[in-house]
Amino acid sequence: MRAFRYARAADPAAAASAAQAPGAKFIAGGTNLLDLMKHEIETPTQVIDVTGTGLDTIAPTPEGGLRIGAMASNAALSADTRVRRDYPLLSRALVSGASGQLRNKATTGGNLLQRTRCAYFYDTAMPCNKRSPGAGCAAQGEGATTRQLGVIGISEACIATHPSDMAVALRALDAEVETLLPDGRTRRFTLDAFYPLPGDSPHIESALAPGEMITSVVLPAPVGGRQTYYKVRDRASYAFALVSVALIQQDDGSGRVALGGVAPRPWRRDAADEALPQGASAVMEKLLEGARPTRDNAYKLRLAERTLAALLEET
Amino acid sequence: MDFNQASEENLFDHARIVGKPHARIDGRLKVSGQAPYAYERHDVAAGQLVGYPLGATIAKGRITHMDATQALKAPGVAAVVTTLDVAPLNRAESNVARLFGGDVVEHYHQAIAVVVADTLERARGAANLIEVRYAEEDAEFDLEAALERLQNLGEPAADVGDVEAAIAKAPVTLDAVYRTSAQSHAMMEPHASIVDWSDGKAMTVWLSNQMIAWTRQALATTFDIDADAIRLESPYVGGGFGGKLWLRADTVLAALGSRAAGRPVKVALPRPLMFNNTTHRSATIQRLRIAAGEDGRITAFDHAAVSHTLPGGSGEDAVNQTRCFYAGENRRVAHHAIDLHLPESADMRAPGEASGLAALEIAMDEMAEKLDMDPVEFRILNDTQVDPEDPDKPFSQRHFVECLREGAERFGWEARNRTPGGRREGAWLIGHGMAGAYRGAPTLDSGARVRLARGRLVVETDMTDIGTGSYTIIAQTAAETMGLAMEDVEVRLGNSAYPVSSGSGGQFGAASATAGVYAACLALQKKIAAQLKVGAQLKAEELRFDQGRILGEGVDLALADVGDGDELVAEDKIHFGDFKEGLQIGTFAAHFIEVAVHAYTGETRLRRMLAVCDAGRILNPITARSQVLGGMTMAAGAALSEGLEVDRARGFFTNHDLAGYEVAVHADIPEQEVVFLETPDAASTPLKAKGVGELGICGVPAAIANAVYNATGVRVRDYPITVDRLVEGLAERAAHS
Repeated sequence: MRAFRYARAADPAAAASAAQAPGAKFIAGGTNLLDLMKHEIETPTQVIDVTGTGLDTIAPTPEGGLRIGAMASNAALSADTRVRRDYPLLSRALVSGASGQLRNKATTGGNLLQRTRCAYFYDTAMPCNKRSPGAGCAAQGEGATTRQLGVIGISEACIATHPSDMAVALRALDAEVETLLPDGRTRRFTLDAFYPLPGDSPHIESALAPGEMITSVVLPAPVGGRQTYYKVRDRASYAFALVSVALIQQDDGSGRVALGGVAPRPWRRDAADEALPQGASAVMEKLLEGARPTRDNAYKLRLAERTLAALLEET
Repeated sequence: MDFNQASEENLFDHARIVGKPHARIDGRLKVSGQAPYAYERHDVAAGQLVGYPLGATIAKGRITHMDATQALKAPGVAAVVTTLDVAPLNRAESNVARLFGGDVVEHYHQAIAVVVADTLERARGAANLIEVRYAEEDAEFDLEAALERLQNLGEPAADVGDVEAAIAKAPVTLDAVYRTSAQSHAMMEPHASIVDWSDGKAMTVWLSNQMIAWTRQALATTFDIDADAIRLESPYVGGGFGGKLWLRADTVLAALGSRAAGRPVKVALPRPLMFNNTTHRSATIQRLRIAAGEDGRITAFDHAAVSHTLPGGSGEDAVNQTRCFYAGENRRVAHHAIDLHLPESADMRAPGEASGLAALEIAMDEMAEKLDMDPVEFRILNDTQVDPEDPDKPFSQRHFVECLREGAERFGWEARNRTPGGRREGAWLIGHGMAGAYRGAPTLDSGARVRLARGRLVVETDMTDIGTGSYTIIAQTAAETMGLAMEDVEVRLGNSAYPVSSGSGGQFGAASATAGVYAACLALQKKIAAQLKVGAQLKAEELRFDQGRILGEGVDLALADVGDGDELVAEDKIHFGDFKEGLQIGTFAAHFIEVAVHAYTGETRLRRMLAVCDAGRILNPITARSQVLGGMTMAAGAALSEGLEVDRARGFFTNHDLAGYEVAVHADIPEQEVVFLETPDAASTPLKAKGVGELGICGVPAAIANAVYNATGVRVRDYPITVDRLVEGLAERAAHS
């Protein structure tokens, strides 16, 4: 860990302003950032604590949805009665992640910005285009271990996945991210716009400009239907997804499907949603079209299909 | 005290304390945070600095350049020692790769520098400022490829009868290949040491280590100094599992750092270094052939296995249990340790046995199925009471059949579904499986000293308690022998100032160390007898020690009044005679498992685990049960989630933290039941005890694998049994049903 300066921001405007400085980084729960700083994967010269910015409320929107403050903890969000009633998918996704202690610390904004768990990203001796643009991707070298890594949306430069469960639910729910720029402007992103695909620049993991701060996540009015989140992992708890499936299914068989554990961002496609009435294979044919798995992670394709099939069977 | 023949009936056959449940005497210290673990011993030496290790980032080659200039200038840094600053240290017998010194890199994350600073953060930060350049050398890291190239599974360690002929004429045969992954001990407490070698002369070491005397000698060898100048303390160990049998880099770096800085230095291995810097259990590839007659009697075993090791090491011998577990007149076993340049493989809980039985006991299940026999009955039919290679050599005690019958009865084995894939509850397929377990019961000579003063007894031995319960069973042994209450006995362990014991490892600690304490207590009784001022001189054997009193012909005296208030000190060791070589002395168990496997995803959830154990006299049912539970839990990890993933080009384990290397968590572990049969073994020790700590991990992975097969109809022969190994087979079965 490098030495760094620490400052608390009293409100979002002050935070965004302070964060413009080169080498500045927001810190909220710190559940991911502190680990990354110990490894010197992240080396901020200044961290701006945004936990005191007052962004921890969960409030109704005029459109009938919910505005979730960026500082609302994962624990609080998962337990919110409105979330549990109207967006059970989100609640389930949240409680499937991390541990009780971590969910108490982790925030909504921080969860969106957590970084990949690719083993080669974490081992600073290995070349990684995310850590060091242009260095190469150790995970795509001969003999690399890739069982956990991405199968779609990936690039020659990076095959890492996004580790969030929450974001997969948010993607299925068509949530949007609201931000504040240092100059006072605000912006609003869909999750697909928020998370660029890696392409040649996998170090760019979000659409955020320097100093731009996530202030809230907006859930549209509830869409109803049967909502479920199923996370497949190597042990019963406290592990990242091999594959996770977020499903919203209406009585007429239509609905939405998003996947976690397979791509650099929560993975959803309109064409796949449209295929939902035709069953799991039809969905995955669209959703995973163009997949480029390795020998070690090709099972994810079958696993995604079978997991969705299980969820559809439950009805 | 010599133990040259099986014990007669003795006080332990009528024990008040030994064999009875007694909560850990160190439990209160542990749950209240007062048990001092190595890294937390802030009070033992003033002025401690913190050392942070730097690991090599290639698997094989040479360091061509190291520059620590920036690290030395960093704030708070007191010293930097790089491997180029130090001549190659001597290699103790127990180490394969050199622990430090010189420019040669033998494995990934081998220690190449230590930075000493006033805080952990500053030491860690400065360690990252050291520049290193390497000249990499070609090396081999792929066990599968090496095996293909060699086409050779090794020279047989045993070759009895005519295996090929027996297989050729047998009506029922099996020929299958099984794989176990490399595994990490992943103990909760990392390797940690505080070393005071400030003056470069006397060295004091506070560490986390299972074997005090071995490690002291290894330190003496490594630094070429007199063992008498080294003092070691390891009173509490937060998990060892064989990973702390040896001297490792934490101690060496702390010593070098201390000498360089002239202050005591503490070093804990950071978690990401634990997997590649220390030792691990090698992966194995095993081919098993079994032949049997129509009647189910096994006629031949052919078990060949490979594992990997750095050149000069021994790997993971997975075939040894196949020599003695079951009957059968023809038998060949061979293990080949293949040189690879992965990190150093060495002992981990039931080294060899755990991996071998993981394969053998699936093979037995497959044979039972081919024979259309109940796997319990198949094992009973093929039980042996003698060493099949040497029928003149009997087992001292072997109650494997009773384990099987008792387990089947308690588990409700008869009522299980016998058709693979035939029982379903919602999305979950339910299956039952079982396996046998066999682990030797070695004993090592073990010493102790006892001090009696005012009716209180202090026991001193360099035995360690690695979470196993040594403190408690030693107190029980001493209290029983001396007729004292548990409260009147204090146990001091893990200190090189105390008599050399067996130490903890190889399932030999409990049996050996308690026997050593018993020997020391008998020596004390002799001293007491000699001191008694009664008419005729009494022999110790003519005295009884009961409820704090000494009783005998004309003697009725409180132990508190012995010695006129002076401390009486006695020391002895148990020496185990070679009569044991004429016997097979082992421990046995039967494991029964219920699993649920998700019919779509292949996720496996354990639902019930039962172990029935035949392991000699159980010294304390609470701590012994805890040992077996720990073994079963570790086996659940080995079966379902734990596997070190090898980067086959760069030669290291990539999942080198606890997020990537997934040990079982609470949610993975179901109802566990452990049953001990009453089977004291007079040939083992005066207490008729054997070990249980490794028995609990043996066989369990296969029982889980067999249950998964029973649940799904998909046979997985590679561990860990993760979803990727099941999902395709499940989909195929679903498509055909």
